Amino acid sequence: MKIKAQFGMVMNLDKCIGCHTCSVTCSNTWTNRPGTEYMYWNNVETKPGVGYPKEWENNDEKKGGWHLKNGKLELKAGGKFSKLINIFYNKDLVEIDDYYEPWTYDYENLVNSPEKDHQPVARPKSQLTGEYMDITWGPNWEDDLAGAHETGKNDPNMRNLDEQIKFEFEETFMMYLPRICEHCQNPSCVSSCPSGAMYKREEDGIVLVDQDSCRSWRFCMTGCPYKKVYFNWKTNKAEKCTFCFPRIENGQPTICSETCVGRLRYIGIVLYDADKVLEAASVEDEKDLYEAQLGTFLDPFDPVIQKEAVKQGIPEDWIEAAQKSPVYKLAVEQKIALPLHPEYRTMPMVWYIPPLSPFMNALGGQVDSLSPDVIFPTINQFRIPIDYLASLFTAGDTGVIKKVLRKLVAMRTYMRAVQLNKPFDHSILEAAGMTEEVAEEMYQLSAIAKYEDRYVIPKSHREDSGDMFSHQGNAGFEFMEACRSCMGGGQEADPLEYYESGFWRELDESSPKGV
Amino acid sequence: MTNLDIFLWIIFPYISLTIFILGHIYRYNTDQFGWTAKSSQFLEQKRLRFGSTVFHWGIIFVFFGHVGGLLIPKLWFDTIGITDDMYHFGAIWFGGLAGLAVVIGGFFLFLRRVAVKRIVKNSSVSDYVALIMLGIVVLVGFTNTAGYTATGGSFDYRVTIGPWLREILTLRPSEGMVLAMAQAPIGFKLHVSLAFVLFAIWPFTRLVHVFSLPLKYLNRNYVVYRNIKPYHKTKVAEKKEIN
Repeated sequence: MKIKAQFGMVMNLDKCIGCHTCSVTCSNTWTNRPGTEYMYWNNVETKPGVGYPKEWENNDEKKGGWHLKNGKLELKAGGKFSKLINIFYNKDLVEIDDYYEPWTYDYENLVNSPEKDHQPVARPKSQLTGEYMDITWGPNWEDDLAGAHETGKNDPNMRNLDEQIKFEFEETFMMYLPRICEHCQNPSCVSSCPSGAMYKREEDGIVLVDQDSCRSWRFCMTGCPYKKVYFNWKTNKAEKCTFCFPRIENGQPTICSETCVGRLRYIGIVLYDADKVLEAASVEDEKDLYEAQLGTFLDPFDPVIQKEAVKQGIPEDWIEAAQKSPVYKLAVEQKIALPLHPEYRTMPMVWYIPPLSPFMNALGGQVDSLSPDVIFPTINQFRIPIDYLASLFTAGDTGVIKKVLRKLVAMRTYMRAVQLNKPFDHSILEAAGMTEEVAEEMYQLSAIAKYEDRYVIPKSHREDSGDMFSHQGNAGFEFMEACRSCMGGGQEADPLEYYESGFWRELDESSPKGV
Repeated sequence: MTNLDIFLWIIFPYISLTIFILGHIYRYNTDQFGWTAKSSQFLEQKRLRFGSTVFHWGIIFVFFGHVGGLLIPKLWFDTIGITDDMYHFGAIWFGGLAGLAVVIGGFFLFLRRVAVKRIVKNSSVSDYVALIMLGIVVLVGFTNTAGYTATGGSFDYRVTIGPWLREILTLRPSEGMVLAMAQAPIGFKLHVSLAFVLFAIWPFTRLVHVFSLPLKYLNRNYVVYRNIKPYHKTKVAEKKEIN
């Protein structure tokens, strides 16, 4: 057993109002530099829709993630040898136009324009060429289903649905899907990087790109099935969500979480057995991947695990944090959070509580003193089709989605009865596999959602790692433009100095595998 | 042996090789961030596909062709039974085809770099210098193969340029070989001199990516982990201990 701690996030989609505050604050913090203006490390998509970049979920074509080849886990885009053969031209690369061509506006014209009969306008100008352009696609083109009657048909999650019907006005449905890098347990981007520039941090599982080692081979972008590794077209390097590691290390939530208006994000750590990951990612049936991933997580309350974790160097306060972790609670204890597209076999670590659709509406406003026989069948008639949610979160297994929705419905019905002092049919909770305590705990965590319950973030033990003073200012991207020697209190500090020599280490310490 | 000959075939190659080696060491140690292939596929890929693939595979074969023709002594070929005719057949046909691939691929890359707005706007001076310099060296070299050797030219670079280059590389240039170089046809002289100009600018352009071909990848596990170096192992800590 090799115990690792891993940061994870859960987003409660029922509470997302699609305001894009997370995207904006993330962008202001990390991607307001030339070459990154098209990037949204955090973006919010309206589903159904093709998303950002277009059709990122269509991995039959985009070749992200892993698949089973002769029973063995292999990168979908091809193994190591095929990567080196194709290094001069990556045939599966997503182009910038699939995100969108970044633009600015000719604002000067508003000030400099001579007196005319008409108001001067600020015309859009491409940031790639500096020329005037017509805007035909943007970062959030399908916001609130805009144009989804056309683009929505290309949403891969619509494949199993009667799409004709679902785009009829009376039948339409939508939900928001905020997305960041999944910081996977089995990251296919890291595995696709020929230079070894991408790595997973052993202490907390955060996946990063070493800007100094990136050689512009661009396979990581294809490798990521969520298309969350971006290409800085000015510096020709890959960049991605950092899980705001400078904040996380200091015990603060990521900027997207901190500023989330709906307070729908949860951050915590889970302990997992790294030795089990490969096996779990290789299970034959895609529908078993969700359970398989749950199987890699370790119970932080188990004294045997605790003892072993301490022995393997995991700090005591991190084990405590794992016990209090909202991610562990939502994913493992309450089982209401689900991974996004487990079928990509990357073992993603940003999980989602599926949305419930307008709940009162489905029941015609009559939610008091209902029996399970009435409440649960309505789940099948919710506005957002179960099949659609299953396609997003369980590789098509509708049973799991139904179980989760039952729990959410049962919790609400129960709490409504409690708050209004109404009689309550306890068989509703039983049928959902819950007790009153669990319902109460779910309510506390999802509805009250106190700051300290949503974010249980143990501080990094940086006191053990070198001279922090010379490290000051080294965690951002400023070095790309600013004077390098200005950093670190006047002396040039090499971040890699603080890593083990050879600077990368492998999960399996036995002899490395060949092609 | 004129002063010009000494300059062209002894002094200049050594200046160039010195810049080449020290330049790479300097750049590798000071500019890891800039050391990339500078791929522009993300901005434009339709026109890149043919040019880049054909050019790169071509130039790999051209490189091995040069190793076979210049670095490996003729004696070695004679010993293993490859006759002059066999060698020249291979050099003209395989070398010629590889050269043609480089010329055509390079031409497509050149067209793309000067015609596609997105690429033009995002190209640096060093990108153009590298591409044009490489283009000239390739064109002159290809002309030698296609226009001189293939049409029956009698100059044998395997007994002139080859030994001269090996002498340069092993730091023992001799008068005889410099004289041989001085008498080489102008096309070959041009190709060699321009190649040394290219070597001198090489470390300061994107061409450095040649040395980053990630062969290590083949022998690595897929998932890479890095861990924070413990305090007692950092250089800073070492320095403090010494003080």
